[in-house]
Amino acid sequence: MDKKLPDTGTYAQMVKKASPGSPAGKNLFFAFLIGGGICAIGELLLLFYQRMGLTADWAAAMVSVTLIGASALLTGLGVYDKIAKLGGAGTLVPITGFANAVVSPALEFKSEGLILGTGVKLFAIAGPVIVYGVTASWCYGIILCLIGQGGMQG
Amino acid sequence: MAKKLGRSTYLFEKRPVILSSAAVGGEKERNGPLGKGFDFLDIDDTFGEKSWEQAENRMQQLAMKTALQKAHVKRNDLDLIFAGDLLNQCTGSSYGLKELGVPYLGLYGACSTMAEGLLMAGVYIDAGLAGKAAVSASSHFCSAERQYRFPLEYGSQRPPTSQWTATASAAVILGKKEDLPLDETVWVELVHASAGIIQDPLIRDANNMGAAMAPAAAALFMRYFRESSTAPQDYDRIFTGDLGQIGSELLYSLLARQNIRIGDRHNDCGLLLFDREHQDVHAGGSGAGCCGSVLSAYILPELRAGRLSNVLFLATGALFSPTMVQQGLSIPGIAHLVHLRRCERKEENGC
Repeated sequence: MDKKLPDTGTYAQMVKKASPGSPAGKNLFFAFLIGGGICAIGELLLLFYQRMGLTADWAAAMVSVTLIGASALLTGLGVYDKIAKLGGAGTLVPITGFANAVVSPALEFKSEGLILGTGVKLFAIAGPVIVYGVTASWCYGIILCLIGQGGMQG
Repeated sequence: MAKKLGRSTYLFEKRPVILSSAAVGGEKERNGPLGKGFDFLDIDDTFGEKSWEQAENRMQQLAMKTALQKAHVKRNDLDLIFAGDLLNQCTGSSYGLKELGVPYLGLYGACSTMAEGLLMAGVYIDAGLAGKAAVSASSHFCSAERQYRFPLEYGSQRPPTSQWTATASAAVILGKKEDLPLDETVWVELVHASAGIIQDPLIRDANNMGAAMAPAAAALFMRYFRESSTAPQDYDRIFTGDLGQIGSELLYSLLARQNIRIGDRHNDCGLLLFDREHQDVHAGGSGAGCCGSVLSAYILPELRAGRLSNVLFLATGALFSPTMVQQGLSIPGIAHLVHLRRCERKEENGC
């Protein structure tokens, strides 16, 4: 930087002092409220599907399908990002956040066509989660196999 | 020919004159404090186009055509266009202005483009290399978000230090004093211009552009006052491009260390374009169209109306590349400046 300006270390301190942090209390409260709300809806759906006669496994799968569908719909209607603005991590962490991360680029990049736009950019945000999620489960699988807990049993 | 003062400050000899300007904006700009000063405001930010990039092309075209009409200048009488925007390959400018058939020089100065263009046009006109020249700069919130950040519908939180990219395009037509209509008694001319030096304060946070740009602005102010032998008191207002709230505070601190104080006469275009309290823009507006549209919608009208007479317009740019930041590099800042003065035909106050 110009010699009449402070060195970058001093400037970094000035920036830190001048830059207000995110409102942690408010963010935590709404993340808890909205994230918790999404999970509560999930629980209600689980009870509903079980009452409809589905087994626990099937009911759990249907909860995920319903939440993903609802998140995709709300993303398409332009509502999800407004909830997320308030909810923060509360909307990011549940499965709805993952659906939003896939649907939003699908919508955004459709202007470049179905292949080079939507197709290529679909996992631009969610891609790393899939890549490292699959890699991690592969590693755990190997470990389980080596200590004799996994594999084909029964 | 312009006189070179110091390293890169120019004193214009045949003062280039601003013949007209135009600003085009979107919905948020319409609802902002300067909405009434715009020439055209779209209600859905698409400008009738099917993609955000194409909307930006249309904005540049609209602003340029409006400015030409307002100056009664035909496009064939325009010798040069200096234009730029924030998009890769500066498509907003090149695609937006390609139908005009005017010699074109593309610029990339991020949000400093308007001042860079005014400097270039001023130098060309003063040197006699262009009779009339135009400057154009634009940004579009939606095209910028998708290139630099996330898809629009992606749910994320913006930190308080982030700035809001303006959906705006501005065009300015410049010429010589003789190009003014004879009945024109008031005009605005370029007195000085100064090209800035890139400053890299090692900021890596793409959500704190004000901090990345403030050192470039401070360094240019210090050098400009020295090279032009002027002081902040010589100007009745000093405008910065789009430092926003945090960048402006940092600028004051940086200048105060050299005993330069501008706080009593300073305004930031990013804080003028939007209402921070009610428009949810966090630290303020930004984007290449931000300070350009504030120039056209507010600063030039104020100069013409006589409420301002001597103004510094310093536009700052964060030379941000997502690729470079992903590779661990920082965001350098740049700034360019022009000194604008109101003139009246009667008084001949040195104009």
